[in-house]
Amino acid sequence: MSGREHEGPGQESDALYAQLSAYEGRAAATAGRGKDPVNAPMIRHWCEAMGDTSAAYRGPDAIAPPTMLQAWTMGGLSGHTGGADRTDGADSPGRTDGAGGTGRTATYDEMFALLDGAGYTSVVATDCEQEYLRPLRPGDRITFDTVIESVSPRKTTKLGTGYFVTTRTDVRADGEPAGTHRFRILKYRPAQREQTEREQTERERTAPNHAAPNQVARNQAAAQEPPLRPRPVINRDNAGFWEGVAEHRLLIQRCTDCATLRLPWLPGCNACGGAEWDTVEASGEGTVFSHVVMHHPPFPAFSPAGEGGPYAVALVELAEGVRIVSNVIGVPYDKVRVGMPVRLEFLVTHPDLELPVFRSSEGG
Amino acid sequence: MTPAHSVGDELPPLEIPLTRTLIVAGAIASRDYQDVHHDADLAREKGSPDIFMNILTTNGLVGRYITDHFGPCAVLRKVAIRLGAPNYPGDVMRLTGRITELAAGEPVEATVRVTGDNGIGRHVTGMVTVTLPQKGGGGA
Repeated sequence: MSGREHEGPGQESDALYAQLSAYEGRAAATAGRGKDPVNAPMIRHWCEAMGDTSAAYRGPDAIAPPTMLQAWTMGGLSGHTGGADRTDGADSPGRTDGAGGTGRTATYDEMFALLDGAGYTSVVATDCEQEYLRPLRPGDRITFDTVIESVSPRKTTKLGTGYFVTTRTDVRADGEPAGTHRFRILKYRPAQREQTEREQTERERTAPNHAAPNQVARNQAAAQEPPLRPRPVINRDNAGFWEGVAEHRLLIQRCTDCATLRLPWLPGCNACGGAEWDTVEASGEGTVFSHVVMHHPPFPAFSPAGEGGPYAVALVELAEGVRIVSNVIGVPYDKVRVGMPVRLEFLVTHPDLELPVFRSSEGG
Repeated sequence: MTPAHSVGDELPPLEIPLTRTLIVAGAIASRDYQDVHHDADLAREKGSPDIFMNILTTNGLVGRYITDHFGPCAVLRKVAIRLGAPNYPGDVMRLTGRITELAAGEPVEATVRVTGDNGIGRHVTGMVTVTLPQKGGGGA
């Protein structure tokens, strides 16, 4: 492995820009609703924080500080839940709140997932341009639509490399246009982390005793660490699955209304919409339904010898009839085939991460 | 009621101590719970030396700077800001402003260029458009 891929975002980032620019012009929030109507307590809290004593924001004829425009659209600590047609509710940790409230679209989540997945996990707001068409007063109900206006090519900044994403939100009060809000964020890979990755790459190419003395301890600690796989995102909708894994049981959800099995875990039944469920433990028998071999980018944590070589990703059909994406072990990546019988095992990838994988008996 | 204004007028500077409390209170008042605005450990994990002020607070402070100067009858029409050097706790931000345009009419519309500098550089540059009712103050 040349290590070139670790020296900074390489060819994959050009491809990422092409993917990201496809989101330009698409909706980031549709018919979003402010969680609270414009109200005096939030106005007062804002004025207290800002040290703003203006008489315009107090008394019976109070208006809201115009610069609060975005605050009325924010998802807040509970995130962008509460939309009648949304069930996912999960907020990605690095996401800005700048571009949506309860009407946030899957499109916006998707674009952020792309950026997060490519390592651009941090976010910072850089620009805010607001125009106020009418004052907001207590009682006004806020609705809004947000569109992804533009995505920049990859830029290198002091903070790190990343992409600027610009959104425009049209805010209405009681259905009447009240203001527009253009917001630009930088979604970036922190410079500090890039530096650490570079140091690690250099360490791989250098004998440890050549390292600067103050780096030796850190590098030695790092050298004992196996390459890490990404951690699963565990939330209340899938916690039971991971509790099962911890007990070496692969648990399949079963709708208690129509008995349809489902995997991966979901809050409701796709067949009948039922919200109640129990679980069935998988027998562990399965067959390879489909598979791909990952050659690039290299990902040492996934390859059997940890060297970054190719590895097989399989869609395994369990004897119970549901399918799961996993790894096939015990057989070289190029020997995995459709229809291959496999059996469930639990692989300790790291002291704090065990994963269900499938072993082929054909590997010998 | 509103004193006459001219292009080129400088607004008196406003110094704002950037306390940890201001940064956290501003983030929460704007319903921005991003950890980098209240949790120093997680901010460091993301490559920042400490928590830093969120853009909505800066926006609010810029608005306050303008209406503090022109009075409660002045109405903000546009606020456009760009951030540079972050506002970290313990620093001081000094806001300055200069009238760059005055559009005649009733009410008069003023454009003010605002800058905010802290100990490490220029935190914010912005353009604010505000209308200044000449009489009676019934503009809002």
